[in-house]
Amino acid sequence: MTPSPKRVDEGAIRLCEDSAQIEKMQFAVAHALASFSYPDAAMFAIRLSIEEAVMNGFRHGNLSDPQKMVEVRWHIDAQSAVLHVIDEGDGFNPEAVPDPTLDENLEIPSGRGLMLIRAYMSHAKYHGPGNHLEMHFLREAKS
Amino acid sequence: MGAENSRIRVTDIQGVLRVEFVDRDILDEAAIRQINTELVRRLEAAAAPQMLISFRGVEHLSSAALGTLITVNSLTKKRGGQLRLSDIKPSIMEVFTITKLNKLFHISETAEKALVGFCRK
Repeated sequence: MTPSPKRVDEGAIRLCEDSAQIEKMQFAVAHALASFSYPDAAMFAIRLSIEEAVMNGFRHGNLSDPQKMVEVRWHIDAQSAVLHVIDEGDGFNPEAVPDPTLDENLEIPSGRGLMLIRAYMSHAKYHGPGNHLEMHFLREAKS
Repeated sequence: MGAENSRIRVTDIQGVLRVEFVDRDILDEAAIRQINTELVRRLEAAAAPQMLISFRGVEHLSSAALGTLITVNSLTKKRGGQLRLSDIKPSIMEVFTITKLNKLFHISETAEKALVGFCRK
């Protein structure tokens, strides 16, 4: 018997900085995750990571330029969620972001988005000059 | 800014400003900026402000929201007051733990427990 093809939910949305558009994208991803019965903790982790990556893209990548957009792509199946967040900025060096958990940095109000992404996702890697973040959530590793 | 558009509800409980959020998700940057402005205005209007921020009903929050809490904490301390947080559900508590902000904030399990510890006027 030929095995049935593995079901995959894929999508891509180009966003301008508009909360309704971002919410629509988050809804589409959440719908895909729910269709594979991802648990609540995974849904929380992925939603937070996407939110942080998109906001970093608008703020630190596109430098709040309203003409520039952020693209989100997702590829979700029963085992993993792979997400790409791509901005139109010049990129940055993620290693240059100071560790916000050090005592001397605890009272600095910014700089926690990337560390939350790294904590909640199984892998997170920047491509190119640093304007393309690829994130993997491996369901088995995180359950 | 009219109270009808506010993203927070503030109640004065014997000198302690108890803040609750209108929204389940504290993610939208414009809403977070608005919350920041409202909280700073409240703190600047009080001498030695006592503020309790309850997260009852909150399901998600972003690092930008954490940034606002840090700003509010710094301003409260600068003005000789006290800030406490309460009613944080476990998934959000994990965000505080990962960022080690649980070391910075005074966090109580419930608003009732937090209120007991404030210095009343």
